[in-house]
Amino acid sequence: MDDPEMASLARSSRAAFRLLSNKPSNIVSRRGYADEMDFTLAGANKVFYANANVRQVDVPSFSGAFGILPKHVPTLAVLKPGVVTVFEKDGTAKKVFVSSGTVTINEDSSVQVLAEEAHPIEDLDAAAAREQLTKAQSDASRASSEIEKAEALIAVEVAEALVAAAGQ
Amino acid sequence: MLGRTAGIVAVQAANNGQQVRGMATLKTISLRLKSVKNIQKITQSMKMVSAAKYARAERDLKAARPIGEGSKTFYEKAEVQEVGEKPEKLIVALTSDRGLCGAVHTSIARQIRNELCESPDNIKVICVGDKSRAILQRLFSKNISVVANEVGRKPPTFLDASKIAREITKQNFSSGKIVYNKFKSVVSYNTSELPLFSQGAISAAPKLSVYDSLDQDVIQSYVEFSMASLLFYAMKEGACSEQSSRMTAMDNASKNAAEMIDKLTLTFNRTRQAVITRELIEIISGAAALE
Repeated sequence: MDDPEMASLARSSRAAFRLLSNKPSNIVSRRGYADEMDFTLAGANKVFYANANVRQVDVPSFSGAFGILPKHVPTLAVLKPGVVTVFEKDGTAKKVFVSSGTVTINEDSSVQVLAEEAHPIEDLDAAAAREQLTKAQSDASRASSEIEKAEALIAVEVAEALVAAAGQ
Repeated sequence: MLGRTAGIVAVQAANNGQQVRGMATLKTISLRLKSVKNIQKITQSMKMVSAAKYARAERDLKAARPIGEGSKTFYEKAEVQEVGEKPEKLIVALTSDRGLCGAVHTSIARQIRNELCESPDNIKVICVGDKSRAILQRLFSKNISVVANEVGRKPPTFLDASKIAREITKQNFSSGKIVYNKFKSVVSYNTSELPLFSQGAISAAPKLSVYDSLDQDVIQSYVEFSMASLLFYAMKEGACSEQSSRMTAMDNASKNAAEMIDKLTLTFNRTRQAVITRELIEIISGAAALE
């Protein structure tokens, strides 16, 4: 979490504080950097980021897709099937498909995106995704009970998002 | 008088019996030796199997850790506390169906049993895995509300965790916890607890107001999902501890069997030698008597 370069920078700029006490000065200097984000992106199958510092994260949620920058207002959201885009410090964007899950943004700028399943979109197979979609659609039309129908519709939603993500 | 002679005769007969049994012991020892050797083969291959399973479980656990930690952070950051005047407690015992893995299941059951012994009222237990049920049902069958089995043969999946989470949301409780084994290293694990909160407790959390734009739907979905991910994480920890513990247990069993085999072989050889010597003595003394 502590970037050595940043820490040394902070130490030199806060030398006066350090004379008073070591520990509080660290806290002050850490808060001084507004672009710190404690970002975790994990699926049940794989971990993509663990307490990493990134520039921006775009997530799809049921209340609409939104971007998260450091110091975002704390909130909770439910992930929608779709693509999470992570802009790293050096500007590279990484796209990860998520099936469902949660987004937590805490007061201290720590962000957790937890998904049931997550895969980088390079790994997605467009043909397989389309196949999945047609299967899910036929399941949905054949479903007899309410629960089966709802489950099939969720499968359709995920498959649609998969197809869209694989086409990107 | 007569009784006493009868007693002596009986003793002599017993002595004879033992001498006759000297021949038979050779047979029994060799049988024992064979069976111990077979047991050792079994425990050795069980150790191999669980070593392979353990390697996989540990890899899975590494991937599952952030998901568990992440779900836990929110509860800590939002300072969620238990609510409700009538304390309805819920305990989830995470074990599996399979034994021969040291004290993994017993330590979970023991922890819950201690709690139930203190105050058996208003505590409901959800047993995941047959082992916890088998231990708890004798004394606390009233407290067990849900039992899940077919756990432990395959690595736990998110679907398994979701099924358990669904059963938990059906229960009415004010506070709850998951009792599971936290994996430390191949040779050790800690029986620990993870808190479970009902939706009511989260809605009443003192710091929830700092979170923006929340509605009941979001909270409900959030709580359900994070419960499933917590369970998933705890199941992965449990599975990893179980496999590592089975590996150690089977390793110890193989070592003990090897020790037994050594001792039995020694006894077998000694007995065989004794039998040969005795037969020689019999022949020689027979020949000497004829002269």
